[in-house]
Amino acid sequence: MSSDINIKITDRLGVTHTIEAPTDMALNLMEVVRMYELAPEGTIGVCGGMAMCASCQCYVQSTHELPEKSDDEEAMLSEAFHVKSNSRLGCQIQMIPEMEGLEVELAPEA
Amino acid sequence: MIKTDILIIGAGPTGLFTVFEAGLLKLKCHLIDALPKPGGQCSEIYPKKPIYDIPAYPEILAGDLTKKLLEQSKQFEPGFTLGERAETIEKQGNGSFIVTTNKGTKHQAPVVAIAGGLGSFEPRKPVLKNISNFEDKGVAYMIKDPEVYRNKRVVIAGGGDSALDWSIFLSDVASEVTLIHRRNEFRGALDSVEKVQDLKNKGKINLITPAEVTALFGHNKLESIEVTKTGGIPQRIDTDAFIPLFGLSPKLGPIANWGLEIEKNAIKVNNALDYQTNIPGIFAIGDVNTYPGKLKLILCGFHEATLMCQAAYKIINPGKRLVLKYTTVSGVDGFDGSRKEAPKSVVKSID
Repeated sequence: MSSDINIKITDRLGVTHTIEAPTDMALNLMEVVRMYELAPEGTIGVCGGMAMCASCQCYVQSTHELPEKSDDEEAMLSEAFHVKSNSRLGCQIQMIPEMEGLEVELAPEA
Repeated sequence: MIKTDILIIGAGPTGLFTVFEAGLLKLKCHLIDALPKPGGQCSEIYPKKPIYDIPAYPEILAGDLTKKLLEQSKQFEPGFTLGERAETIEKQGNGSFIVTTNKGTKHQAPVVAIAGGLGSFEPRKPVLKNISNFEDKGVAYMIKDPEVYRNKRVVIAGGGDSALDWSIFLSDVASEVTLIHRRNEFRGALDSVEKVQDLKNKGKINLITPAEVTALFGHNKLESIEVTKTGGIPQRIDTDAFIPLFGLSPKLGPIANWGLEIEKNAIKVNNALDYQTNIPGIFAIGDVNTYPGKLKLILCGFHEATLMCQAAYKIINPGKRLVLKYTTVSGVDGFDGSRKEAPKSVVKSID
């Protein structure tokens, strides 16, 4: 489908998956991970996508220009573990055409 | 020993609504929850967030939903064991179950309904390699009795409400309070943030930001911590206690070892009938269960709770027939003697 984008997600076991994510379903990255079951149910998206847990933390490895972090995301990441300078919450990254070629790695479960 | 008809594990929305549905069938309920208050995720994670898909509520805050559910079930006088985690389950000769919590409280019931959501909330532990060596020897992830810290030196880490509130509280109890957070900004109620600012100015709280605890030291117990400011050099602080308060995250926990069939971190149930698990007498309802087509929605939990209560009735009252009654027709008789009923229509003749 023309509205799909290709993204690469490295799961918590280190396996990289190249997947197609639809851009017409208002999905975020956390939901894409759940859709493809790249992390066990219950270990990702615990708060449902409100930036109120850090279970969908990921490291962005490509140089995409991402939307700025909201106060909620910033605050959550400041209390999360295994945080790096390229850490983001997957639930705050929307699947839009500009994300074509996005590469991320899921942070360890904490 | 606490005895009841239906023992509910988890006091979230599904567990609370079970009390009401069971009450209509004259079944008594008791709830166990690891959190100190009812509401589950609705209280712990997002009390101030709105929910839009509760039937008949175009919008309701999660905290208000909890309040309403408690109000709705109040007349059925549910019992609560809060702040304790259900640890073990043993089947008795008479078919009933005994569930024991981590604090040793025992509960007995012929029916157990697991409404555990994503599991019991456990404190999130910071990644420090020797932290487990100091647990209960200076390191604690939650404060049960603040008196333990009287005249002691305490280091608190975290940036949310609990880190702020405990820093404020302990500034009157402990001899020294240090609050460490990775950012200068705190996420908490505005008056808590202002109070901490005030106590910092008065020298009653030693605030270190933006910084992180990077190491723990001590022989048989915690003696000091190392704190590193962002871009700075590590610094040692002597302390008697280190309390990291980084929130809670749910874990399925001991329930996973109860011999129940587990799939995708959830308990498999028979959704064609009554949401019973592979162990007769144990049901799983709400977010904690799974079946083909499962949706983790509060409204689905309500439906599952309702059907489960019918099956529980048959286990508790073998051989008895049950006929569906509408609350509008029959009213609601509480265990507390209260009665709610539709007002009688007035019949008056017209001359």
